[in-house]
Amino acid sequence: MPENASHTPETVERLMDSTLESVDSAEELAVKMAERAGVEEDELIKVGMAVRESMVNAVVHGNRYNANKKVRFSIAAEPGRFIIQVGDEGEGFDFNSLPDPLAPENLMKTSGRGIFLMRSFMDDFQIRHLGSGGTEVTLVKNLVSK
Amino acid sequence: MSVKLTTRQVGDVSVIDVAGRITLGEGSSALREALREMVGKNQKKILLNLGEVTYIDSSGIGELVSGFTTVTNSGGNLKLLNLNKRVKDLLQITKLYTVFDVHEDEAGAIRSFA
Repeated sequence: MPENASHTPETVERLMDSTLESVDSAEELAVKMAERAGVEEDELIKVGMAVRESMVNAVVHGNRYNANKKVRFSIAAEPGRFIIQVGDEGEGFDFNSLPDPLAPENLMKTSGRGIFLMRSFMDDFQIRHLGSGGTEVTLVKNLVSK
Repeated sequence: MSVKLTTRQVGDVSVIDVAGRITLGEGSSALREALREMVGKNQKKILLNLGEVTYIDSSGIGELVSGFTTVTNSGGNLKLLNLNKRVKDLLQITKLYTVFDVHEDEAGAIRSFA
């Protein structure tokens, strides 16, 4: 763990446009903060990819690039944990019946791997319907102390 | 840098050298267009060199799968060359590594089309 890992808690919250530029800037911000928080180098790319996938889902599938809808993006670097939340203003979807992208019949599908990758890359993954109608994803990376 | 695609011909094999990021948007669109163009020109032997790819997301993976299907359905072969660790890991966890014919050496990859 980097020496600066004994960081002070840091929290950032952004209301972002439903654009691919927001996806890029959210990823960049998350990786920078994860590095400051002490996430190990090999894990930084995984955090970045999980954030990218969650932001793409919010912008593309949730808000459908609607200029009137925002993505609520927040990061909390806490002692021992690095937490990212991404919430959209979309119509929601049934996340309990998502097809398994590893099933033989789905292997050659061109989409449907985003949530699987988020789960694979992070230590904890939660998804819930928001009362306002959107969907919120929570991604957690545990900080390893040495 | 988003993505840069360079095509070259080695014998009857079309090689596409890909550099940069294959992500939703410009990166995956460019790859899709390049492969469609190859298929449109009736190229049957296509080698995708991913040696300089720094990043690929689920959209990029989808584009690889789509390209593989398009080329195969047209009676051709799409093979992959020079996967770095990140791309290789990604194809392994998505169980796609064994779907593609993956090579580490260009000369060997070219010969494998014969």
